[in-house]
Amino acid sequence: MSRQSAPSRRDLLRAAGALVVSFSWTGSKPATAQGPAQAAPDLDAFLAIHPDGSVTIATSKVDPGTGLTAAYRQIAAEELGIPVERFTVVQGDTAATPNHGGTGGSTGVPRGGADIRRAAATARQALLEMAAGQLKRPAAELTIVGGEVRPAGGGSGVTLAALIGGRKFNLKVNPNAPLKPASSYTVVGKPVPRTDVPGKATGRHVFVHDHAIEGLRHGRVIRPPVVGARLVSVDESSVRTIPGVRVVRVANFLGVVAMDEWAAICAARELKAVWGEANAGYATADLERTMGSAEVVREQTPVNRGDATAALGAAQTLSASYYWPFHAHASLAPSCAVADVKEEGTTVWSSTQDTYGLRNLIARTFTIPPEKIRVVYMDGSGSYGSNGAYDAAADAVLLSRGVGAPVRVQWMRADEHAWDPKGPAQLLRMRGALNADGSIAAWESTTTGPAGPQWTDTLLGPTAAGISTPQVRNGGAPVVHNLDPPYAIPNLRVTSRLLKDTPLRTSNLRAPGKIATVFAVESFTDEMAAAAGMDPVEFRRRSLSDPRAIAVLERAANMIDWQPRRGVRTGDRTGRGIAYMRYKNAENYVAMAMEVAVDRGSGKITVRRIACAHDCGLIINPDGLRNQVEGNILHTLSRVLHEEVTFQDSHVTSADWASYPILRFPDVPAVQVALIDHPDQPHYGAGEAACAPVAAALANAVFDATGVRLRSVPFTPTRVKAALA
Amino acid sequence: MPAYRLTVNGRVLNVDSWDPEQPLLYVLRNSLGLHGPKFGCGLGQCGTCTVLVDGRATRSCITPVRQAVGRAITTIEGLGSPDQPTPVQSAFIADQAAQCGYCTNGMVMAATALLRTTPHPTLEQVKSSLVGNLCRCGTHTRILSAVMKAAGGQTK
Repeated sequence: MSRQSAPSRRDLLRAAGALVVSFSWTGSKPATAQGPAQAAPDLDAFLAIHPDGSVTIATSKVDPGTGLTAAYRQIAAEELGIPVERFTVVQGDTAATPNHGGTGGSTGVPRGGADIRRAAATARQALLEMAAGQLKRPAAELTIVGGEVRPAGGGSGVTLAALIGGRKFNLKVNPNAPLKPASSYTVVGKPVPRTDVPGKATGRHVFVHDHAIEGLRHGRVIRPPVVGARLVSVDESSVRTIPGVRVVRVANFLGVVAMDEWAAICAARELKAVWGEANAGYATADLERTMGSAEVVREQTPVNRGDATAALGAAQTLSASYYWPFHAHASLAPSCAVADVKEEGTTVWSSTQDTYGLRNLIARTFTIPPEKIRVVYMDGSGSYGSNGAYDAAADAVLLSRGVGAPVRVQWMRADEHAWDPKGPAQLLRMRGALNADGSIAAWESTTTGPAGPQWTDTLLGPTAAGISTPQVRNGGAPVVHNLDPPYAIPNLRVTSRLLKDTPLRTSNLRAPGKIATVFAVESFTDEMAAAAGMDPVEFRRRSLSDPRAIAVLERAANMIDWQPRRGVRTGDRTGRGIAYMRYKNAENYVAMAMEVAVDRGSGKITVRRIACAHDCGLIINPDGLRNQVEGNILHTLSRVLHEEVTFQDSHVTSADWASYPILRFPDVPAVQVALIDHPDQPHYGAGEAACAPVAAALANAVFDATGVRLRSVPFTPTRVKAALA
Repeated sequence: MPAYRLTVNGRVLNVDSWDPEQPLLYVLRNSLGLHGPKFGCGLGQCGTCTVLVDGRATRSCITPVRQAVGRAITTIEGLGSPDQPTPVQSAFIADQAAQCGYCTNGMVMAATALLRTTPHPTLEQVKSSLVGNLCRCGTHTRILSAVMKAAGGQTK
């Protein structure tokens, strides 16, 4: 195995040995960085400087190929004055890393990075003071360069390894430790390469799917044909000819375990089980029609200024509805986990984005004390939120407990597509009115979406096994962000409605809620511009005052060679569209422009070019950032052009790549990204923001090309053809 | 249990399989410890399991082990290493043409097979040759760029 790619268990534990986070099977709770009442975390939990001058950063945040660990290495290297090559990162091990939260919501750099920076700054200050004693110079006259503390004015120094190597700081992180000014950065802002890529390009990188331990068995789970069906009977003789198969049945949970993986696969396929009836649910085709009149459990109005209702009543209003379907995470690797349940302690290897959260969930579900559970992060494929990883971990615990041996549960493709919790559907209604001068007089946005219980309260295996009862606490967060347009509007009312029921379990999927809200808001902005007879770029620009907003808008327009137009063009089958948003109206500024061609005969949209201007404040690693932005764009383009979960009676029917198609190489457009750096500004995360304007930019380009407005995702050829007819 | 004589990465090996229909993928991963080829779908739809069989990019998840007998099988481990990558692998590393990296095996193997028969492909040819390889992270443009660079060509 390549050291560069992924540390082995031995490497990891050796590195972790220098850290103070304690872990024992028998007693005390692990010390974590998130102590009670926001106590300052232990510096040693985050950072360890070894005798050879290398440094280990420990973090509960994980990097499934997003470049987060490269950013952390740069941030710590910058503050500490130690070459970035000497840093390694241990991620997401409840026995070895401090708990400063899970990974998600694009918070890895803004929050996690800030934690790492403060820890490194605290260490820097401590090292300067230690060296001051040895060098007999005031700390203020010293600096750290190349892993050595030296007098700033020249003279011999002392290495950090000699000062602290292998020993603890025994300090709390000082939230006020002096930070290096951004103007002096030499490592932050550079395209430092990721350490995982060489292993990935040569097949040496170890994923959780590859994790092999002594005595490992292979497990597969058999799900019912319909959600919630009762398991009536199992005929174990149906798999008797397959070698070494054990059937594990706990109430309505059914799985098979074998030493040989192919035997487990065959057994899961061949095992005869009789399932009872289950409740009938919704069909996909009904959802778009019925969602608007379904029972609402919670309604909130996050923004309400002026009097939108009166203003909309008085003026001539425009209105439109938009629909966003259920989407699957559709991870390229079906979920997988390894569990080893023993009396003395349980270990789970998982690609979860939150190892502490998973540990607590397993503890609660299986009534095991949390200190007797260790959860270790290993890479899966991209999950883009909460895919089936939690469920697979619970399956592995159930099966390992059932056979008394370590078990690797590998979901099959249909398991992942059908059973991962889904990104929820949304129905959005927009109303607006214009002033005589073409400015926006009033605007009303409403989004409606299913809520239902949090996926973590309805783990598939434990629920079927009758171990945990689904708690209906309506955990689904109401969608509130980016429903309010980023423009100057005197009368504005924004409403978010949560439905009581959901046909499918839901969870977070990349930029949750915000792709759909920006799709509706920025499509409707285009509709307003057309109604006003104004150029879409000019219509937006004159309602913006923030220079950073105007900068990205103009940049994207320039990149796509924008030609101003007024109102509806006749449509010559090629067109350009633009969309702008500020993520959560508080973070990244992103403008996106697209050039498309639409084939009227087939209804196929060809996206020729995408231009994106992206401002996330201070840039830590421009290449990592660019990779994320490109990924945001193409991932979302796939969702908008192709994707919709189909289901009948809560049974997902789009359970493979043929029935749930995604973007393929021949349809990949040229993508141009302009990164706008603001070293003096806070750094926002970049894992999601550029997703948000994709759908609207595409819909607006299709409108420009054809004069037809697409308001339901996905924009499949069949739908486009129907819309053009 | 029947044994099958396979040639993998230049070595001749005997592997046991209780079922002649067992896909090559599981033999490589579990019997031979070659984890480079990945399980993605088991349906031949995504390309993560791609290996070279007699030089051709082949879906090991739907190739029965019995059909692999007497053929030259190359997995990604049989190409280069992090210290000595092949030109294709080297281009992927230089361009940081991966995010999660789960599809990367298939991309590298498909590109390697392409460049053996078509050393100087056009961008459209590269796109066509990768039509059956799915990437979910949206790393497509970098993958295309890496393959074109490995071929000594331009992406535009």
